[in-house]
Amino acid sequence: MRKLFIKQLIKLNKSKKIYLIINDLGFNVIEPFKNKFPNRTFNAGVSEQNMMGMAAGIASEKCKVFVYSIANFSTFRCAEQIRNDIDYHNLPVTIVSVGSGVGYGNLGYTHHALQDYALMRSFPNMLILSPGNNNELISLLNYINKKPQPSYLRLDKDEHEKTQLKTINITPGKIIKLIDGNKRKIILTTGSVQSIAKKMIKNNYKNYSLYSMPMWGMKSKIKVTKIIKNFSEIITVEDHFYDGGFGSWLQESINDTKIKTIIKSKYIKNTVINEVGSKEYLLKKYGPK
Amino acid sequence: MNKIIKNIRINILKLTHKAKSSHIGSCLSVVEILAVLYNKVLKKKDRFILSKGHAALALYCTLFEKKLISSKILNSFGSNKTILMSHVSHKVNGVEFSTGSLGHGLPVAVGKALKFKINNENNKVFIVISDGEINEGTTWESLLFASHHKLNNLTIIIDFNKIQSMDFVNKVINIEPLKEKLISFGCNVYQINGHDLSAIHKALLKKNNKKPKVIIANTIKGKGISFMENNNLWHYKNPNLQELNNALNEIKKKYA
Repeated sequence: MRKLFIKQLIKLNKSKKIYLIINDLGFNVIEPFKNKFPNRTFNAGVSEQNMMGMAAGIASEKCKVFVYSIANFSTFRCAEQIRNDIDYHNLPVTIVSVGSGVGYGNLGYTHHALQDYALMRSFPNMLILSPGNNNELISLLNYINKKPQPSYLRLDKDEHEKTQLKTINITPGKIIKLIDGNKRKIILTTGSVQSIAKKMIKNNYKNYSLYSMPMWGMKSKIKVTKIIKNFSEIITVEDHFYDGGFGSWLQESINDTKIKTIIKSKYIKNTVINEVGSKEYLLKKYGPK
Repeated sequence: MNKIIKNIRINILKLTHKAKSSHIGSCLSVVEILAVLYNKVLKKKDRFILSKGHAALALYCTLFEKKLISSKILNSFGSNKTILMSHVSHKVNGVEFSTGSLGHGLPVAVGKALKFKINNENNKVFIVISDGEINEGTTWESLLFASHHKLNNLTIIIDFNKIQSMDFVNKVINIEPLKEKLISFGCNVYQINGHDLSAIHKALLKKNNKKPKVIIANTIKGKGISFMENNNLWHYKNPNLQELNNALNEIKKKYA
């Protein structure tokens, strides 16, 4: 999804208000943006805390900033800068992390993004943008360009199949139908696990409808309850731990309500993954089924 | 100017007593620096960040002297429902950025300076950091970046009062030779008496060619009150009524 992200970012930067900051990562990905906007692209070096503080500083001067990195480097490494400098000040910085879940499988646990929703969804102003396909990605970028705010864009490392791109109307907490089936029983995904969910429908969840929710966060918790009550059963699917993840976010949203919808969650096993393997191998062994 | 400084110190003392708050020593060391910045240097288009956010009261008292906040707001310090929290808050009129966790201000200031520089805007960015913040990794990360990008629109003032939270700086983590360290990171460095108004003014006005400017302002923690000076007890303690009266008498005698 990285290349499409850069392509769309170039399209959106007509006003030249968009800045791209990297922490010495993004080789063979960010160059088209850099070539087109050399004085809007900065390499902060391997210094994520300074990078995130600088992003806040630039954003505080009426600019939109995208901070691009992989896995945990743009989240956990600079968590307090995100909390105090970006979220507290409600600044238009989009934090981009490539390699959702075990996308960087072979690089090992240090490069796996398994707890990032937990961190990012704990910030009150933060909007999570987790595209499951190319259409969702460009639609999310269009949205955040029109409504710049603290946001976390979580990208699949792999490029998705190139099809005719279509913009979808996405708002926070909204669900998008991907496969029509049972009206009351659904599978709900966030992020790049749609192919896993499709397999689940073929195997154990025959005739379930498939929906995705690519945009969510603390602020959309109340809104989402109105959607949940339309269904009798929701199976959430994500490439993240259960603790602090999407499924637990959805479950939290109906606590203290009278909603009786059954929510079950499929996720990456809550454990430190010590073994090395490809994304496919690790997902098969530890991922949602 | 002396009257402004006197008023700032009196308000710091009175409000710290009233609010039973901490960090009075850190507030008193930075008074002259803030007074010169706000009254002689900062233009409307410039930006200022107080990164040592625990000296918020010194900033609020300075903003009050500039009539940026009212007496009602200033006197709400320490009460319930006030916007004047004990660390710098951007919800207060005249405040650029909230701080409180050390080492956060400089990266933000660098971001602002970078934005102005690459767009050929002549806004300047000023920041005051504490000597304790020299311990923070972000300080050095930011200096590397600022120096690499020749951010000559950035001025960093170190309120070097020699005492951090628990003890004297040189006993906690030795940061010397500080000047040489900063020079080696590519900065123009000036060392001054941080209570000398004309020295502060002169150093702030010095032109920067291609490097960020760092002013090491040698100050005294608790400056102006004999029993508070150079004593880290006053990083925590607030003056009781007797101590407050003694301190106010010292100020009155000094500026009589």
